[in-house]
Amino acid sequence: METVIKTDKLTKRFGGFIACNALTFEVYKGEIFGFLGANGAGKTTAMRMLCGLLAPSSGDAAVAGFDVYTQTEKIKRRIGYMSQKFSLYDDLTVTENIRFYAGIYGMTGDSIRAKTKSLLDELQLQGEARTLVRELPLGWKQKLAFSVSIVHDPDIVFLDEPTGGVDPVTRRQFWDLIYHAADKGVTVFVTTHYMDEAEYCNRVSIMVDGVIAALDSPDGLKRRYDCGNMEDVFYQLARNAKRKAD
Amino acid sequence: MKQLIVFIQKEFLHVFRDRKTLLMLFGLPIAQIVLFGFALSNEIKNSKIVVVDYSKDPVTTQLIQEITSSQYFNVTRGLPSATGIDAAFKRGDIKMAVIFPEHFSDDLIRTGKATIQVIADASDPNQATTVTNYLTQIVGTYNARLAQASGQPLQIGVQNRMLYNPELRGAPNFVPGVMALVLMLVCTMMTSVAIVREKELGTMEILLVSPFKTIYIIISKLAPNLLISIVNLCVILVLSDVFLDLPVKGSILLLFFDSILFILTSLSIGLLLSINAKTQQAAMMSSLMGMMLPTMLLTGFLFPIENMPLPLQWLSNAVPSRWYFIVVKRVMLKGLGFSSVWKETLILAGMSFFLFAVSIRRFKTRLQ
Amino acid sequence: MRTLLFLLDKEFRQMLRNRQLLSTLLIAPLIQLILLPLAADYTVKDIAMTVVDNDHSTFSRKLVDKITASGYFKLAGYTTSYADGLAKVQQDKADLLLQIPPHFERDLVKENARDLYVAINAIEGTKANLGGAYLSSIIADFNSDIRLQWLGPVAGAASSGSSAAADPDATPQISVASSNWYNPLLNYKLYMVPAILVTLVTAMAAMQSAFNIVQEKESGTIEQINVTPIRKHWFILGKLIPFLVLGVVVFTLGIIAGWAFYGIWPLGSFVVLYGALVVYLFAMLGMGLLISTYSATQQQAMSLSFFFINIFNLMSGVFTAVDSMPAWAQYIVETFPPSHFIKIMRMVVLKGSGWSDIGYHLGAMAVIGLFLNTWAVLNYRKTV
Repeated sequence: METVIKTDKLTKRFGGFIACNALTFEVYKGEIFGFLGANGAGKTTAMRMLCGLLAPSSGDAAVAGFDVYTQTEKIKRRIGYMSQKFSLYDDLTVTENIRFYAGIYGMTGDSIRAKTKSLLDELQLQGEARTLVRELPLGWKQKLAFSVSIVHDPDIVFLDEPTGGVDPVTRRQFWDLIYHAADKGVTVFVTTHYMDEAEYCNRVSIMVDGVIAALDSPDGLKRRYDCGNMEDVFYQLARNAKRKAD
Repeated sequence: MKQLIVFIQKEFLHVFRDRKTLLMLFGLPIAQIVLFGFALSNEIKNSKIVVVDYSKDPVTTQLIQEITSSQYFNVTRGLPSATGIDAAFKRGDIKMAVIFPEHFSDDLIRTGKATIQVIADASDPNQATTVTNYLTQIVGTYNARLAQASGQPLQIGVQNRMLYNPELRGAPNFVPGVMALVLMLVCTMMTSVAIVREKELGTMEILLVSPFKTIYIIISKLAPNLLISIVNLCVILVLSDVFLDLPVKGSILLLFFDSILFILTSLSIGLLLSINAKTQQAAMMSSLMGMMLPTMLLTGFLFPIENMPLPLQWLSNAVPSRWYFIVVKRVMLKGLGFSSVWKETLILAGMSFFLFAVSIRRFKTRLQ
Repeated sequence: MRTLLFLLDKEFRQMLRNRQLLSTLLIAPLIQLILLPLAADYTVKDIAMTVVDNDHSTFSRKLVDKITASGYFKLAGYTTSYADGLAKVQQDKADLLLQIPPHFERDLVKENARDLYVAINAIEGTKANLGGAYLSSIIADFNSDIRLQWLGPVAGAASSGSSAAADPDATPQISVASSNWYNPLLNYKLYMVPAILVTLVTAMAAMQSAFNIVQEKESGTIEQINVTPIRKHWFILGKLIPFLVLGVVVFTLGIIAGWAFYGIWPLGSFVVLYGALVVYLFAMLGMGLLISTYSATQQQAMSLSFFFINIFNLMSGVFTAVDSMPAWAQYIVETFPPSHFIKIMRMVVLKGSGWSDIGYHLGAMAVIGLFLNTWAVLNYRKTV
């Protein structure tokens, strides 16, 4: 299996505080990788290093084959990102948002138009093409944001707590989109607090106090820790965590 | 009451933790007083002028000597003829050209008259007028000497006495104006933006649905700025006294009383502005456009109100800082008492109560 | 490069869609430009004069009449004593006190010289200066009038000829013929409008741009930009260019308004004017960017930019002449781009100055602009 993310003792220090301590793991192409952890565990810092936003203190990492120290610009071209605060501009229309991000990632006029059309069809938002994003219901915004984050067919898409604040049905629909993308070969790197979503992932890592305390498929974790669900696994690992906030 | 104190404490923490805003809150008044007190002046001196002497005789030499030694002028040489004047004006090198025609003293002796040509760059009309006047005065003094030498009768002399500000410093005029401006700005702008910020963040709603009385919330929002303004006022007065030699000649109590009225007025205006503004940006812009410019222009410290067209004069009556400015000048600079400022105090009191009541009512109703 | 175009497309769409902001940015400056010059008039006139006339003669009345007839002064009543007159000045009921001593006419003839006493409220320096100067010249005029009246025309003084030299009473007098260039009517608005336009454009360039960037910082959307391949310099350009355009638009509207309402049309070349504008905007946008790198919240951006803009407005020569400042203040003002642009505006609009004339100021703005922008970009790379 092809590796799209590979880290080796990836570490980040802020002064005397070690946010991420010697993280070593791999993520394979097309998998849905859940990146879990309590608040303060170091998830966000790790993700930022992988996205090329933050330089590590020591250790190595390669994302989409590019080095996180020296090739951050190349990394950015091959990844997508969707944050909690949603990546879309409220005061632009659906079409305008799609066109902006497509253009930013180097797509040209014709392919942008084609992509826009297929995206709108897929999400069934044809009627809202000219609607300002701020007027869309939250669930649609989220789905649109996800689709926009992969508009340029990236190798990996990073999702930072993407389903906050929506009802379970919408969340389920969102995950359908994620599956669809993974089927097409996009690797999905997602952080979440929803433990049921952890079940949807191929593999899950759990960070506690800056280190990866466990990494396996959900079934594997449940067997190892003798729990019926991911929530209990998480609880077992995280309850003694010393750090409380990110 | 205890609730109120709790609120006020919280508000103070917000303000004091934000260093950059503190810089403006305290630094701006100090910087302004120092800069404007020392640097600004309406007086005109050291104007660069050029003198062209086609005659080069004892009279012209004497006159040029007197012009050069005057503190009003900074005589630059280097212009051999009058043709370069337009170019020199265009470059902004000189403000005025003084030209002595040929045979100057010959004409003077023979015909009893000689004329100096003065060309002023009137793009700044007042400077041109003033500089021309200075020159005319110097010539006039020379003329008077000629007259006395020839026993000119019936000399009316004028003895001038400059009151309150004999050295014609800029500070006496600007410091009261800056006081009004700064107090008003801090109160209005900072208050409105701070309130809108809470609206944007959503924490305002939390406060409003709590069982605490709205009036307490409002007072707690205004309290820090009130206190900061009072501190600023003290700092300004101390600086004026120590550095600018402008002590408070009259009653400090009276000055503070009126200042607090003025501060209340400005705070209320800030509150009013915050009601309609949806974003912090809008609050800031409306404070700037709505308050700062009218205050700067219509208070009367930069431009005399009596010069303005009537509609603007009427408008200036509605600007609180205009009245405050009068009070500060009379109490601080002239040392007058309540009897001289009772009218202005009453107006300020009226404005502050009215604006305060209106803004509170509108604030409450908007929330419903 | 394509990135920049997409960025600009987005920025302009957002800007044009924000009605409230647009109206603030375009309409508010215009309203101010139209109203402010009406208020900003330094012309000294209608000085209130109170008179203590202890002479009570036709002579003194004629003097007072002549003074009020000049248009510079208006009579604010008579008082019987100097102390009363001073009290009037104290209460702002008069700006100036003229005291005509008792038996003035008689003593003037007897002793050939006599003084009048003037006390002026000097809190406002220009008014005091000019008021005093006007009064002196009116009195000097009055002086020649009465000499003419009482002593008869000085033989030969009005016409050339050697007979003047023969008359011992004829005194040579030097007169001053003055002419005012570029603004012969001494219209104060010509002086103020260009400067006010500069203050409006400044507020927009320095404040709004800072605000805009910090808004993205505060709301977090800037993180989204950071993960994309958008290079930081394109992002910066994408933020600043719209404000550059806006600045030019406001400036143009201002010029048109200045012509429509005040009949002011630049004497110099528009190329020079707009060239200087672009350099100026470059400098001020750099300042806005710099401020944004030091601000985490909009409130901070506002505080910082306001601090500087206020100082610029009051010290850059808009209202008071830079030349009258003490040397140390003038050095400080030299580092302010607005002071240079205001000078350029006045020079080009009123005097028709050209490239070489404004060269020094243009260069100063460019250098300061380069400094600010470099600092800003370096800072931006590190912190945002």
